[in-house]
Amino acid sequence: MTSPSRLADRLRAGTFVVTAELSSSNSADPEATWRRAEVLRGSVDAINCTDNTSAHVHLSSLAAAHLLVERGFEPIMQLTVRDRNRLALQADLLGAAALGVRNVVLMSGDDVTAGDHPEARRIYDIDSMQLVEVAAAMRDRGTYLSGRKLEQAPSFFIGAVENPFAPPLEFRPLRLQKKVRAGADFIQTQLVFDVPLFARFMAMVADVGLIDKVYIIPSIGIPRSARGARFMREKVPGLHVPETLVARLEKTPPALQAEEGIKLAVELVNAVREIPGVSGVHLIGIKWEEGVVQVAGAAGLLPRPTLSPLVTAGGHG
Amino acid sequence: VRVVERLVLAVEKPLKQAVWDCRMCGQCILHATGLSCPMRCPKNLRNGPCGGVRADGNCEVFADKRCVWVEAWEGSRRLPLYKDHIEHLQKPVDWRLQGTSSWINLVSGRDGIAPAGWSPHPALPQRRTVAEGT
Repeated sequence: MTSPSRLADRLRAGTFVVTAELSSSNSADPEATWRRAEVLRGSVDAINCTDNTSAHVHLSSLAAAHLLVERGFEPIMQLTVRDRNRLALQADLLGAAALGVRNVVLMSGDDVTAGDHPEARRIYDIDSMQLVEVAAAMRDRGTYLSGRKLEQAPSFFIGAVENPFAPPLEFRPLRLQKKVRAGADFIQTQLVFDVPLFARFMAMVADVGLIDKVYIIPSIGIPRSARGARFMREKVPGLHVPETLVARLEKTPPALQAEEGIKLAVELVNAVREIPGVSGVHLIGIKWEEGVVQVAGAAGLLPRPTLSPLVTAGGHG
Repeated sequence: VRVVERLVLAVEKPLKQAVWDCRMCGQCILHATGLSCPMRCPKNLRNGPCGGVRADGNCEVFADKRCVWVEAWEGSRRLPLYKDHIEHLQKPVDWRLQGTSSWINLVSGRDGIAPAGWSPHPALPQRRTVAEGT
């Protein structure tokens, strides 16, 4: 027997969920991953393990997710099509399932030119949409893309991403619909700093009839400094950060900027919560898990319901 | 057959390269992408744009070029036919067809062959439940 996703249970029960991103590790010591994750214990429902985030090499998301399973956390394994062909992707999906990972988020990934190995060969053998379909086929039909049978199908809760702020804006909801058709159960969005624009996107998503077909979880970034916010506005591909937000932090004395960042993130959480179709929030504090805990607390999202015990180690049938 | 393919390619290749900057994937879906060749996308995305498209509509990778999918969306709105085909889920690329004639592959049906485990969903399914214990 494979144990189901506890994140899925929570969303289906109608709980407003809180997920967070774990800062990626560059350490061969598992303690480095556990130390960061422990900060989040009790404050979030599930933890994203990123896959070579920003196209920089880090500890693999598969290894990080397994380390989290070992300590009783609920991981969400991110997987990009940038670094692996269809064979490697399916092998890692099945491997993740065997290691107790139940939630995956499948995406294209930032281009290699944005990372620390810009000279690398990019793969993109299949696209993120096709990977969602492949994962769904493994789960629902128990087959690889080739049609060959799996001995035991995985029980994934399948996630995908969407950027409500990147052109072509009118196509984004239709692209989301394609992902849902392919098999996506939940969506984590790009960082939301512009609430009116996000609300417009959600209205279009509702028009397409997707609100009750997929759980949408917007990402909320926690700026730690004006410099960080400025960097996100000007340098990070796909990010839409309004100038007014950066200006607000720049007007704040440096010693108080982190506190202002928390305040800002809490305001964003409260604002997106009011938008129909929003099922939770995904909190991102870059190398700042403590910030996540503070935002969750100040936004009234704590305490989180306790996790049901994991049925993994030795629990597979 | 070899000779036929060479003759067809002699017409198809220069024509499509000149008009659409075609990359000869051999499995043309231009009708579903507003006549914007998706193989020009640095990520070879065939189902829509990535999340890195710049605010001005340019490519994440090539800042001075329009995103292939911004052009695809705009192009699809102008098409008299196949407008909604941009919403179709496109199957994975068969890389063996690279450099072959998509016209011949269309006529022979070769470009319609998907991997056996691929099954696009024609209709929007109800919210799925995780298969527990299967």
